[in-house]
Amino acid sequence: MQGLGGVLQTAVQMMLELDDSLLEIIVLSLRVSLTATVLAAVSGFLLGAVLAVWRFPGRGSILVLLNALMGLPPVVVGLMVYLLLSRAGPLGNLGLLFSESAMIIAQWLLVTPLIAALTQQIVADLMLEYREQLLSLGTSRWTMLQTLLWEGRFSLLTVMLAGFGRAISEVGAVLIVGGNIMHHTRVMTTAIALETSKGNLTIALALGMVLIALACLVNAAVAFSKAYAERAYG
Amino acid sequence: MVEVIDRYAVPACAAGGKPDILPLRLTGVSFEAAGHCLLDDISFELERGPLTVILGPNGAGKSLLLKICHGLLAPVRGEVDWQSTSKLLVRSRQAMVFQQPVLLRRSVAANIDYVLRLRGVAKQERRQRIEACLQLAGLAHLERRGARVLSGGERQKLALARAWAVHPEIVFLDEPTANIDPTATLFMESLIRQFSRAGTKVVLTSHDLGQARRLADEVLFLHQGRLLEQAPARQFFDGPENPLARAFIQGELPC
Repeated sequence: MQGLGGVLQTAVQMMLELDDSLLEIIVLSLRVSLTATVLAAVSGFLLGAVLAVWRFPGRGSILVLLNALMGLPPVVVGLMVYLLLSRAGPLGNLGLLFSESAMIIAQWLLVTPLIAALTQQIVADLMLEYREQLLSLGTSRWTMLQTLLWEGRFSLLTVMLAGFGRAISEVGAVLIVGGNIMHHTRVMTTAIALETSKGNLTIALALGMVLIALACLVNAAVAFSKAYAERAYG
Repeated sequence: MVEVIDRYAVPACAAGGKPDILPLRLTGVSFEAAGHCLLDDISFELERGPLTVILGPNGAGKSLLLKICHGLLAPVRGEVDWQSTSKLLVRSRQAMVFQQPVLLRRSVAANIDYVLRLRGVAKQERRQRIEACLQLAGLAHLERRGARVLSGGERQKLALARAWAVHPEIVFLDEPTANIDPTATLFMESLIRQFSRAGTKVVLTSHDLGQARRLADEVLFLHQGRLLEQAPARQFFDGPENPLARAFIQGELPC
């Protein structure tokens, strides 16, 4: 194995050359994780905000469960989705196992509790500040929910980033439901796992650096937009 | 400025021929929290017309009373009755400005637009009302600025403009000038007086005697959760009947 300098050189070389197979893996990784994050944001924002705005029996238990699910092991999620989508499973007739859709479903399940729990906390904090004013203006509960989600949009962007981070970095779930099939379901993390198992540690590390660089790029883009919007709207 | 008010601020009772929600009558209202009695057996009636100032030292229960009148809190005992029995009508014909108003994280104009949308005002009329309100509050040049980056005085003006935009029949103002400088205070007071002249019932809390003298037509004096005196402003300031009210006016009310 090369030293760190050699690994860095290989990583930079890989990014500069950007051959078709690597580009395919990067694009698929981003497509799967971004789609899963957006879907998880839609469901997680809504679930979190409902739990923050409404009071109903069983709400406390749901919150405890949601917080516990934030640390859900990806392998377990992968296994559950595998059982659901396998031929003998209840959704086997959809034929989704070892497909991009299966990976998106697995990551969506993995990220939704994280986004929902963090959203609940953010919206609950906003409620303390906004509740009386919004009631005074005449908002219904549903309008209050929508308003608070919009008011918390900058913090929720950070939540989405956390969700994206969890999605793009996990390997267990996508490996089980995607199968790491070349040109079909191979993503960055499964490619790293494969290269490691083959003993190609330099390539595995270089791929890891490409992955980190991608995550940094996405984070930087969001952080820049967030800072600009916060300056404008406070 | 008066011209703008005359043009846009149609007295709420005339808008759409809806019935009045005033007078507001409180009967034996009490409020308790954590075993402490914060308001004790308060009764009074507020009619359309005179600008009412709820006066009293800090901790008298002024803000609490205003929130109960506005419907944000329910009294532990007693009744709050409006002339109208329609909750929807009562809710839609009143507004409140808080001591520290919460502005939405969007532009100045969008803050007013938000409340007008809630009341179902048509798009074209929303535009007209936003322009009128911002002009009135001296905020027209800040229309596109983020509301939460405004100065303290500008924020209060916007909160008042937002309350005014819905053409309320009654507006509750909770120490609206407590955190702003004297110039902005005078401007706010001039706006408040004009709203009152244009037909909106204004109920304002204050511990500032000077402000109460400048604005009040009628005074309710509150002390330690009890209503000690309700009188026309001149009568109250010239010769209050209650000894504690007299001591407050003379600056000798013990804490």
